[in-house]
Amino acid sequence: MEARPEATRWYDRLLSVDRRWIYLILAIAVLLPTVIPFSVPTGISNEVRSVYNFIEGLEPGDNLFLAIDYDPSTLAELHPMTEAILRQAFQRGARVVITSLSQFGPAMAEELIARVAQEEGKQRNIDYTFLGYKPYPGITILAMGSDFRVPFPTDYYGTPVDSIPMMQDIHNYRNVKAVISFAGGNVADMWIQYGNAKYGVPVALGVTGVMASDYYPYLQSRQIFGLIPGMKGAAEYEMLVERRGQGSRGMPYQMSTHLVILVFMVITNIAYVAQRRARRRAAGAR
Amino acid sequence: MKKQIPLLLVLVSGLIMVIQYFVPHPVSEFVFTYANDFVIVIGILALPIGIFSLLRNTWAKAKHDRKERIYSIATFFGFALMVVAGLKRESLESGTLYMQLFQNILVPAQATLFSMLAFYIASAAYRAFRVRTMLAAILLVTAFVVMLRLIPLPEPLSTWNADLVRWILAVPNMAAKRAIIIGVALGAISYSMKILLGIESSYMGRD
Repeated sequence: MEARPEATRWYDRLLSVDRRWIYLILAIAVLLPTVIPFSVPTGISNEVRSVYNFIEGLEPGDNLFLAIDYDPSTLAELHPMTEAILRQAFQRGARVVITSLSQFGPAMAEELIARVAQEEGKQRNIDYTFLGYKPYPGITILAMGSDFRVPFPTDYYGTPVDSIPMMQDIHNYRNVKAVISFAGGNVADMWIQYGNAKYGVPVALGVTGVMASDYYPYLQSRQIFGLIPGMKGAAEYEMLVERRGQGSRGMPYQMSTHLVILVFMVITNIAYVAQRRARRRAAGAR
Repeated sequence: MKKQIPLLLVLVSGLIMVIQYFVPHPVSEFVFTYANDFVIVIGILALPIGIFSLLRNTWAKAKHDRKERIYSIATFFGFALMVVAGLKRESLESGTLYMQLFQNILVPAQATLFSMLAFYIASAAYRAFRVRTMLAAILLVTAFVVMLRLIPLPEPLSTWNADLVRWILAVPNMAAKRAIIIGVALGAISYSMKILLGIESSYMGRD
């Protein structure tokens, strides 16, 4: 009996599958949790819990600095954790100073802050101040070490910072308990290098899933006191604050797509090993 | 002189900024604030050049390439609309036309573009992530284990996997990252020194 041509073997077909099939399977995986809703159980990691414990430890009137340093491109991962922490800080009675050192961040941040403040019954300039955006994040972070008024003489809405009641006794990092930066880029490094290293302000980070592994060294060296990694971190945080939000709701979608990618990795490698063995056998037979 | 004066300016201003960084004194803070104003002014001067460049290139495309014309018109229209909508200071508050455009066009557009990456990653995982060598096999197994933590597993597999991931992130990952961070920092210091001393002057363009 004649041997089947090489190109028709199962592993060859698997290895040369049209990429549109891959896209289609992934699209189905993305849609699956919408059609069949399910929830994903999430354990809570120490690095997320330490941020939660810190905010829980705030007393009414304490000042917290939140840096919303991301663009709409990473909104899906970072918005849920920002919302959960801002809400928790408001519930603790903390006064929150907020900046957004990412180019497309301020308008996106403003919508979130206004909504959460309204839901929690908080007032602008009394319970929180949104300073907005300034270019060159490294320089801005350094300048805020002298006085927030140096890079931000007015807030996002054009109100002079000196006339904002809440800001009367808030001048620089010495007047805030900590900085929590939600970053989709290298602004997180700047907060560590300038905010923490130069001015000694405690820093915690909320970052995208792919960025998270970059910041574990800072966690061990205690240059950051907490780390919330991606949507999973947000889901963990939402569990801690006992309020299900976009993080928990997004986990099934993330899980189904990750599962598909894992299955792809397994299938393609089984096919690859099979192909390699077949080629070796064929070479040995010759 | 054409080269010496810029080099001298770089050396002097660089040294001043290095010294002020390490000296916590009101004078040093004044120098820093003053230098920042320079940076912001230079940035503002660059903005009209960027806008001019965008409009000129878009106009050239619209003029010479019929296929691109519709996209060029969309660029001009979008640019003009955002400028007009954002002229007033109050436009930055929720509910205004500028914010509606931002929330309903720019935010979903950026999020959609970024989420397309998932499809490319899936395709790359299928086509490129193969156990060709021992190192590739280690990388593959590590990636598999780390990604597996997002999948709910029955106990005690879930706890074992979580512990293993924690160890991977806290030990081998951290060791590698530290080496990279220290290497990059040393490289940045030596590169900065070369710029300050005028050894590296490619930022001035060709002589």
